[in-house]
Amino acid sequence: MGVGIKVERLNAWFGNVQALHDISMEIAANHATAIIGPSGCGKSTFVRCLNRMHETIPEARASGKVRIGDLDIYNGTAAVQVRRRIGMVFQKPNPFPTMSIYDNVAAGLKLNGFRDRKRLGEIVERSLKLSALWDEVKDSLKKKSGASLSGGQQQRLCIARALAVEPEVLLMDEPCSALDPISTGKIEELIFQLKENFTIVIVTHNMQQASRVAEFTGFFLLGKLIEFDRTEKIFTTPSDKRTEDYITGRFG
Amino acid sequence: MRTRFQQGLDELRTRLLRMGGMAEQAVDRACQAYIDRDLNRCHMVLEAESKINQAEREIDLLAFDLLAMQQPMAVDLRFILAVTKINSDLERVGDQAVNIAERVMDLVELPKADLPVDIARMAAAVSAMVRRALESFIEGKAELAQAVLEMDNVVDRMRDEAFINLVKTMNERPQITRQALDALLVARNLERVADHATNIAEDVIFWVRGADVRHNAQQENPPQEVTPRATGV
Repeated sequence: MGVGIKVERLNAWFGNVQALHDISMEIAANHATAIIGPSGCGKSTFVRCLNRMHETIPEARASGKVRIGDLDIYNGTAAVQVRRRIGMVFQKPNPFPTMSIYDNVAAGLKLNGFRDRKRLGEIVERSLKLSALWDEVKDSLKKKSGASLSGGQQQRLCIARALAVEPEVLLMDEPCSALDPISTGKIEELIFQLKENFTIVIVTHNMQQASRVAEFTGFFLLGKLIEFDRTEKIFTTPSDKRTEDYITGRFG
Repeated sequence: MRTRFQQGLDELRTRLLRMGGMAEQAVDRACQAYIDRDLNRCHMVLEAESKINQAEREIDLLAFDLLAMQQPMAVDLRFILAVTKINSDLERVGDQAVNIAERVMDLVELPKADLPVDIARMAAAVSAMVRRALESFIEGKAELAQAVLEMDNVVDRMRDEAFINLVKTMNERPQITRQALDALLVARNLERVADHATNIAEDVIFWVRGADVRHNAQQENPPQEVTPRATGV
């Protein structure tokens, strides 16, 4: 099951440059929340703070409180433990190119010392079914490499890989921006299905996508959370003029 | 800035205003035709109807195109929705003007009768409502639209008064029943025009403020707010 995320006064820096300013928001469990905003507004930085990836960049740091369910991720918790509970999918599909489809999905578990082959096979199948890729690859799981798949399939493979370690939260940073409309449709349908078991946070440049997949939407501008509300409210009657100007294409 | 989209919105606005002008003029002409028993004006109203109908179709088509091609959001989406609804109300205003003109055409065949109803006063009130509703659209001002909503009660009272007085007249002077009935129908048509003006004003408020004020919705049935708070944290 997915868990909720509570962010309190989150600040993030790249060296001396502050990228996020006092972000506080509560992300609902088992829902999709979209993060929108113009380039450079801090939306990717924000999601990277949710799984402690931000700090992997030299001179980058963050302060504040982020609770993922009952886990306080910035209070002595090991980053690896955080990332095990929070899967992430990136803009560009990044399967391990030399590994088979099977090994791509099993990689996270194997890395954690998981050795039960039968169980591993079950998890790979379940993950590929969850990511709606199973039917397309079931006959060539160990024969084909991850890189041999189409872009849309690769992205679903990456989702399966993220799901295999049974996270509670799935972060998606522009997961469809490199995909054609058919593949995009599949991923969006997938997001809809996955909400039952996971909490999803999706960064997107595509406002129609945000309105299609997310129940809640947060609008970021210059590192600040300007507005956070139900998606239909944001896209029909936003409270802040800056939100309205952005989503109506008057700037950004 | 989305130039093409903005041009589409401007075009929609211009066309709706042109149509509003035609509908407003049709009501004014029909009322003047009643007052002067003027067949010539009646024909002008009938001729204008097809132009209003044509305008309605063109506006709907343009709005449909913008919805399909430009994926409008927020204030732009509300604007286009409001325009399509105002469009439909204006077309109905044109129909009511035609109904009034048809009553006049019936009436001119009959001897003139002194009736206890001030259609000219009612027509002036209704015209003012239509004019102000259109002004509120031009200016994008919800306060102007709000004023229109308040005028509707006045016209409703005029219609009720006309009904009571004209029914009484029909009972007391059956020889002018047809004239009284025509006047009653004209009063009802005018009251309907006022209702359309009210709808237009409500749509302007929806566009400008994003608030649904129809049927006193905000007082009686506030929409349920769901705050985006986390569950299971």
